[in-house]
Amino acid sequence: MAMSYIWALLVGLSLVCALAGDGGDLSRAALAGAGRAVELGISLTGSLCLWSGFSLVLERSGLRAGLGRLLAPLLGRLFPKAARDEAVLGALCGNVTANLLGLGNAATPLGIEALRGMQAQSGGDRASDEMCRLVVLNTASVQLLPTTVAALRGSLGSAAPFDILPAVWLCSLFSVGAGLGAAALLRRLWP
Amino acid sequence: MALTGYLIPALLLGVSVLALGRRVDLYSALLEGGQRGLELVKTVLPALVMLLTAVELLRASGAAALLTRLLSPAARLLGIPPETLPLVLIRPLSGSAALAVGADLMAAYGPDSLIGRTVAVMMGSTETTFYTVSVYFAAAGVKRTRYAVPAALIADLTGFAAASLLARLL
Repeated sequence: MAMSYIWALLVGLSLVCALAGDGGDLSRAALAGAGRAVELGISLTGSLCLWSGFSLVLERSGLRAGLGRLLAPLLGRLFPKAARDEAVLGALCGNVTANLLGLGNAATPLGIEALRGMQAQSGGDRASDEMCRLVVLNTASVQLLPTTVAALRGSLGSAAPFDILPAVWLCSLFSVGAGLGAAALLRRLWP
Repeated sequence: MALTGYLIPALLLGVSVLALGRRVDLYSALLEGGQRGLELVKTVLPALVMLLTAVELLRASGAAALLTRLLSPAARLLGIPPETLPLVLIRPLSGSAALAVGADLMAAYGPDSLIGRTVAVMMGSTETTFYTVSVYFAAAGVKRTRYAVPAALIADLTGFAAASLLARLL
């Protein structure tokens, strides 16, 4: 629902601005924008299909599950209460690895499963510290292969679509660190 | 050729060998996954059309330039290039809108320009914060979300500032 208001606001703002100033031909601009969206969609289709195929192979060959087991000790330390329940820790590991591998569709159901498990442990409608930490981890996007962005760069003619990888990795680390740090400070303010 | 130039074929080969070693029907998995990719394009395309229409309207009317001018002092304070502001504003709200705006900026400045790279790093290292928070907590029946939103937004802002810096350095 929020997007409905945002979209209407964007269009309204444009019309007001155009009436106040000397905007160009808005009707022509609207149609040009719609046309460009389809061009963008078509140019992205190839790499999106390739990566979706690749990620299904990752899933079926058990690579994701293997990576998840590697992460269990680290996540157990970050989520000590949740880690007491084997099933919750499993969902947690699955969620983080799916995020790492850029499998957004697999990450969300696993993250929700982990969050429900934590909620069953703590009870009530209040987010526990570990629940907040899980959500922060998921909003900060730690991705090893940002395939959609690389696909976009490639479709626009970048010479090396993946050369942003080191910057993306470091940047994700900074933002996750800031998120978890902020969570540790803010928990005292929100009992 | 840069090392990342070998990345895709190396990854494809590595995962393929692993899958074959485990007797996974590699080619059917690739095709089935590709089908899912097509479905994804089909779901995202209408959103791209609506949002790029709005983006184009904002630009043609001068509203985008006005907003950028109003917010650039705050952006400069954080070291964020004002040109990337449209993405910074929409990124926490909608993933497909961010894709549309990001594509627009990269096309305008060039994918290998400093602005284009900054935009790409921002898109790769941040998420649709408000959507994620609401989906997760709604599914778990949590109403009092406490500090989750402020902490996630601090992570986003740090990500945007770090992306602006790192795109220049790396």
